[in-house]
Amino acid sequence: MKKLMLGNEAVARGLYEAGCSFVSSYPGTPSTEITEYAAKYKEIYAEWAPNEKVALETAFGASLAGKRSFCGMKHVGVNVAADPLFTVAYTGVNGGLIIGVADDPGMHSSQNEQDSRHYAIASKIPMLEPSDSAESIAFVKEAFEISEKFDTPVFLKMCTRVAHSQSVIEECERADFAQKEYVKDGAKYIMMPGNAKKRHPIVEERTLALTDYAEIAFFNRVEDGKDNTVGIITSSTSYQYVKEVCGDKYPVLKLGMINPLPVNKIKDFANSVEKVIVVEELDGIIETHCKNIGVQVCGKELFGLIGEFSQNIVAEKLGAEVPCGKALEENIPMRPPVMCAGCPHRGLFYTLKKNKLTVLGDIGCYTLGAVAPLNAIDTTICMGASVSSLHGFNKANEGATDGKTVAVIGDSTFMHSGVTGLINIAYNDSNSTVIILDNSITGMTGHQQNPTTGYNLKGDPASKINLEALCRSVGINSVRVVDPYNLAECDAVIKEELAKAEPSVIISRRPCALLKYVKHAGPIKTNTDKCVGCKMCMQIGCPAVSMENGKVKIDNTLCTGCGVCSQMCKFDVFESVKGDK
Amino acid sequence: MQTKNIMIVGVGGQGTLLASKLLGKLLLGKGYDVKVSEVHGMSQRGGSVVTYVRYGDKVYSPVIDKGEADVIVSFEMLEAARWAEYLKKDGVIITNTQQVNPMPVITGAQEYPQNLENKLKEKGINLDALDALSLAEKAGSSKAVNIVLMGRLSKQFDFTEEEWLAAIEQSVPPKFLELNKKAFALGRDYEV
Repeated sequence: MKKLMLGNEAVARGLYEAGCSFVSSYPGTPSTEITEYAAKYKEIYAEWAPNEKVALETAFGASLAGKRSFCGMKHVGVNVAADPLFTVAYTGVNGGLIIGVADDPGMHSSQNEQDSRHYAIASKIPMLEPSDSAESIAFVKEAFEISEKFDTPVFLKMCTRVAHSQSVIEECERADFAQKEYVKDGAKYIMMPGNAKKRHPIVEERTLALTDYAEIAFFNRVEDGKDNTVGIITSSTSYQYVKEVCGDKYPVLKLGMINPLPVNKIKDFANSVEKVIVVEELDGIIETHCKNIGVQVCGKELFGLIGEFSQNIVAEKLGAEVPCGKALEENIPMRPPVMCAGCPHRGLFYTLKKNKLTVLGDIGCYTLGAVAPLNAIDTTICMGASVSSLHGFNKANEGATDGKTVAVIGDSTFMHSGVTGLINIAYNDSNSTVIILDNSITGMTGHQQNPTTGYNLKGDPASKINLEALCRSVGINSVRVVDPYNLAECDAVIKEELAKAEPSVIISRRPCALLKYVKHAGPIKTNTDKCVGCKMCMQIGCPAVSMENGKVKIDNTLCTGCGVCSQMCKFDVFESVKGDK
Repeated sequence: MQTKNIMIVGVGGQGTLLASKLLGKLLLGKGYDVKVSEVHGMSQRGGSVVTYVRYGDKVYSPVIDKGEADVIVSFEMLEAARWAEYLKKDGVIITNTQQVNPMPVITGAQEYPQNLENKLKEKGINLDALDALSLAEKAGSSKAVNIVLMGRLSKQFDFTEEEWLAAIEQSVPPKFLELNKKAFALGRDYEV
């Protein structure tokens, strides 16, 4: 039966149908749903690891044990997993191993626009790249076959538009995959110099064999066109835009495997047309390969290196007709994402701003503390960077900034890679103050469990890390817990901890307001007669609080009754809610 | 047939995803090739959200570009104005007249533009505006705005009411079915 299926769900379906039985991943948009859907199959063991490096090493262990295994992450996650990646490329696999990576051209939810195809080339690992949900299923199955036949991990590369688009698929039965026997083989699996030197030539031979396979494999196909003045080489979502614009006008070489790329297939295609145009998002990977094998193509000089494409962009570049609509000549205010009403981060960030602190930030919902009106963050780099860069910032300033600088990091991000930075703070005697924003969930990616929440991916009770004890055990003696809904308490504790001549951790603890189990007080009541229109309550940037005719107005559909606004008011406009002041 | 394009736009949290799910089921059931595309993550935190629904004999691109939408269904007035450029000539915007202030308006940095309905009409845009929030509340819940708008959208198609109701039945929990049927009828039968 035909079904509409999200690209990421289709990857999970492919894993199921291919007989995969082991998944270890770290969440990251746009890759998260692969693992969430995989966890719904009882035949697949699925887990969230604390970070991508652990996830890949875990999945490698399962492959070593002989099972078909998968590890999923977003593009920047590969940076974290790169250490095992380059060496697992040498050892190869036992059971098939797929590394799923989702790029984010256009940066819908990411801090950079890196092109993960470079990793496939650099690590010498083959990479398949589906262009819709049906291909996502088919390519997962093919990736396992390649993994086992060529003794290599295989990348499956998604992008936002393939991962988060639903298209039509047909489901199949699950294939039986018998767990392979593990046989001790030091020459293959112990990568010390003597063995690794022997493995490297095997890796190079493997790439040559894979290149031969790329010449004949079904996933690299030529689609005929009527007009051979132009031939287009493309892949992934770019293929869809090309077909949308050109239909069957020009011949198209649609590449499903992006590393290694075929040689003769590309040369033959180029010889069949007058001019070759390469359409690929971000960097010129296919283009560079073509030029390296002596095929003249036009690519990045036409399309550029930045952002995602669309059919109109492709139409314009190929000289086709570009539709246009009527824009309103009006200054339309932007609608940026904001911290939700009732978000526990709001009160904490207001306190940081009020104290005029330098705030080294991290990756999560709380990055929104950087936007107006809070404007309370100075940096955002990558997972865990807040803690380590705080240490460097304070050390470099030789004590001058210790009392007015903090790091902010979420519970999941702290477990991912913040704790190592905290160990550095303790070990190298840094008088730094780290604030852990513990909202008891991985929020930004849509509520995933993590080692601090007490539940695992399948929803079963799990070991729960005690953050206070963890911080103390690495050498932080001053660990305090505050309720971010209580502004006076936050203000007092932050001042006290910054004044101390020792490293400290403040845990700002309150579950995410969107968690189903969180009970809200309900919309706050106001006595607008008392409102003088001073707009103090507006300084916290709550979407439920606005001004109407010079008086405060509460949006009752949004307000959770957290009471942070009432603590800003000097005129008793807000009715007291439990827990405020 | 040529691919048809429907955009569903609104504010994160307004229920746009249920609307696209319902449409996807309906169109697939009618035998079309269908693609539905959305962006998760950052855009859900009260930001501007857009979902693309495309159907036809064979659909390639998962997204809809400027000047391509046959119908834009907007859950909010400012969003209708923001995405108007995506409408094709002779297309129609169905919009809820509700206003949700974005943060730059809340903080006073910018003003919510006035008379957007008239300004869109003056542009020559075919606008079908209705207070879907009031109609949803009349049906029994402010959360049924999406189904009110689907009722309105249904007038743009030749599909029977039964086919729409079957898709609703597959998309909403049974205990809210009657409420949603009522919301659908209120949107469909609303007279300007």
